[in-house]
Amino acid sequence: MHPIVRLLVQRIALGLLLLLAVSAVIFLGVEALPGDTAQAILGQQATPEALANLREKMGLNQPPLTRYFQWLGGVLTGDLGTSLTNGADIAQSIGQRLGNTLFLAGCAAVIAVPLAILLGLIAARYAGRWPDKLISGITLTTISLPEFVAAYFVIYLLTQLIPIFQPVAMVFPGMTFWAKLHAVALPVIVLVLVVLAHMMRMTRAAILNVMQSAYIETAELKGLSPMTIIWKHAFPNAIAPVVSVVMLNLAYLVVGVVVVEVVFGYNALGQYLVDHVTKRDLPVVQAVGLVFAAVYIFLNMLADVIGILANPRLRHPK
Amino acid sequence: MTDKHNQLDWMVAQARTGRMTRREFVGRTTALGVSAGLASALYGKAALAQEAKKGGKISAGLAGGQSTDSLDPALAASEVPFQVNMTWGEMLVDVNPDGTLDHRIAEEISSSPDATEWKFKIRAGVEYHNGGTVTADDVVATLKRHTDEKAQSGALGIVQGIADMKAEGDMVTLKLASGNADLPYLMGDYHLIIQPGGGTDAPAAGNGAGPYKVTANEPGVRYTFTKHANYFDSAIGHADEVEFLVINDNTARTAALQSGQVHMINRVDPKIVELLKGVAGVSIKYVAGRGHYVFIMHCDKAPFDNNDMRMALKYAINRQEMVDKILGGLGSKGNDFPINAAYPLFDDSIEQREYDAAKAKEYYDKTGHDGSPIILRSAPGAFPGAVDAANLFAASAQAAGIPLQVKLEPDDGYWSNVWNVEPFCASYWGGRPVQDQMYSTAYLSTADWNDTKFKNARFDELLIAARGELDEVKRKAEYSEMAHILRDEGGLILPMFNDFVSGVSDQIQGWVDDPNGELMNGRAQVKCWLA
Repeated sequence: MHPIVRLLVQRIALGLLLLLAVSAVIFLGVEALPGDTAQAILGQQATPEALANLREKMGLNQPPLTRYFQWLGGVLTGDLGTSLTNGADIAQSIGQRLGNTLFLAGCAAVIAVPLAILLGLIAARYAGRWPDKLISGITLTTISLPEFVAAYFVIYLLTQLIPIFQPVAMVFPGMTFWAKLHAVALPVIVLVLVVLAHMMRMTRAAILNVMQSAYIETAELKGLSPMTIIWKHAFPNAIAPVVSVVMLNLAYLVVGVVVVEVVFGYNALGQYLVDHVTKRDLPVVQAVGLVFAAVYIFLNMLADVIGILANPRLRHPK
Repeated sequence: MTDKHNQLDWMVAQARTGRMTRREFVGRTTALGVSAGLASALYGKAALAQEAKKGGKISAGLAGGQSTDSLDPALAASEVPFQVNMTWGEMLVDVNPDGTLDHRIAEEISSSPDATEWKFKIRAGVEYHNGGTVTADDVVATLKRHTDEKAQSGALGIVQGIADMKAEGDMVTLKLASGNADLPYLMGDYHLIIQPGGGTDAPAAGNGAGPYKVTANEPGVRYTFTKHANYFDSAIGHADEVEFLVINDNTARTAALQSGQVHMINRVDPKIVELLKGVAGVSIKYVAGRGHYVFIMHCDKAPFDNNDMRMALKYAINRQEMVDKILGGLGSKGNDFPINAAYPLFDDSIEQREYDAAKAKEYYDKTGHDGSPIILRSAPGAFPGAVDAANLFAASAQAAGIPLQVKLEPDDGYWSNVWNVEPFCASYWGGRPVQDQMYSTAYLSTADWNDTKFKNARFDELLIAARGELDEVKRKAEYSEMAHILRDEGGLILPMFNDFVSGVSDQIQGWVDDPNGELMNGRAQVKCWLA
């Protein structure tokens, strides 16, 4: 078997194992929370009879282990069950919201990743000089702002002072692609501001690291222009660390943006998860947790694989 | 004099275009020397002159919705499901802003002299969205579904008292175990939306007889509606379409109103009301209602089982400070019983209790309490500003020598682990249309939600007697005595009644202050129209 294929198979198997472990952890975590689904649903209106009725109806009387394996069996057959709180089909709900999550993350990534790498290259080219300091200063400022502050700032700027966008960024099936883009403009701006610095700094550091190598000196002695050296000779060797940081940020864009979703009323997975956590809607929490874990594991795996493919030493191990 | 006339004309014009509420109008015209009665009549004329415009899409941004919400009326427990259900659903009756009954599906209501048997005549030809007709059988089936504990209905307590229900032709007859003069009001409870076949097969189908049909139901995100063409009442339901966006974030909701993305928002944060007043095209509506914020003591647990301790704490709270600082002035002082002037038969002669450190200390010293800290539990979600309110309470109590301490609890699990479990905590009530319902829900000895564990035989006796009493004078006296008992012996500390504070665009016409609930008791989108 080709080493690359074996490596891929290994990584995928490990990923699945990790996913299983994560599902158990999520389940345990939710079990450990105070109160149960029935109490969370009834809230202030809980009477002992109503609680008992609801628990029986929802199958909450069965032991946790039984419920865990019932659920796991369902997942393997593609059946995520129905929400305990409103009876909606979970797979369907997640499907639509996952689409929205990926749309927002995709829009942000399409702008943020090339921009961050470009800025990183420029910063490396002029390391220690004013363009470097300006880029670093601005991006470090935007990453240091809490997301909701950045969000309120762009809401104020772009809906009140210059009213070109809408503060509430919901998207619905049936909207045209351009209408959707217009709707998500503000959250995309916030997310770009938030993820830019990390990727930019990593690109800059990785390039500068490579620039210390002897072969770069050779390139300089050949008389190549600084940008050509960086692009053709330094960047290929800096791909592995840059890719892993890019993937981490992509994962963040998918799973970590609940604050931005709430501020803009964006109907994606994060908000959906939080609502169901507060109502102890176990099947939904587990399903969304699993989706998030899968995204994380997949993106990290992808980063590893790209890193290996980009590095001849790892590609041809002795 | 001509100056006054000009002002009066201007105000009439304001009222006619809906830019001035009755309260404002009467207040400002009486300042000009017009008698209150005349002012009120003038306002009525001016408001009548407004012609409702048809068409357009009314959009509202609402807090209080989650992706876990359902269209099943039995399960509605927060603002968004309430508002949504009032758009597609119709009950037997509704309650008008002035506290009278608005006959909806029930065309006529009559009762036996002892108020134990009630007859509701069902309006002919009221259509559901799917074309079916509302029948007396549907009404009985609906009420029956809510009596089934498996339906988890929020109206279970209301329908439980109905011993027998039957449908004959267009007449529904309800027989009660004991007389209840308020029964028609109870039928206006927002859970009791009439559904085809009682909604037993598909409780969350959203198929009702209300003014709008549900076209998109995305819980926690948005709801859209189109006009129900065959709606029986042409006087309301002016817009062609209605849209609700669920915007739980205060800042985003306010920004959506300011930028014109929505026409109305609920729950405006009292802290920003002053700032919003200056915004063009937006007006803030504050409506005194029945909702109230409370601190509740369990009367059966030490040290609160001693009435001297309860009285000490009641005198140790600074109500005016609570209204000013927690509600930003948008509310009124409470008097330790859950009834205010928004209720029929309210006795306004009961003396208002104020902060009195000396009296508090006197009562506290009588208890002989050992001086160990008295713990008050609070959480941000108990009511808006609950933690600040608890801290203010602790400070004013400590000034009176009472060792009151606040323990901060997490929102998560507050209603299951703290409320109704711990002996002293912060909470809230939304109020009910009539006194009987409020008292029966939480202060009757046997009530499920008796969250102060208050048990008083005389109080229970009066409550049952008042329920079947058709003589209003006697009834009012009975309610007054109950209020006194609860105020002086109960476990309830009620520092403030909160106003409903909403933000409304100037494009919205026909707004009427309604104390029964938020956003015109859930019907602003149905009763208002676009300019």
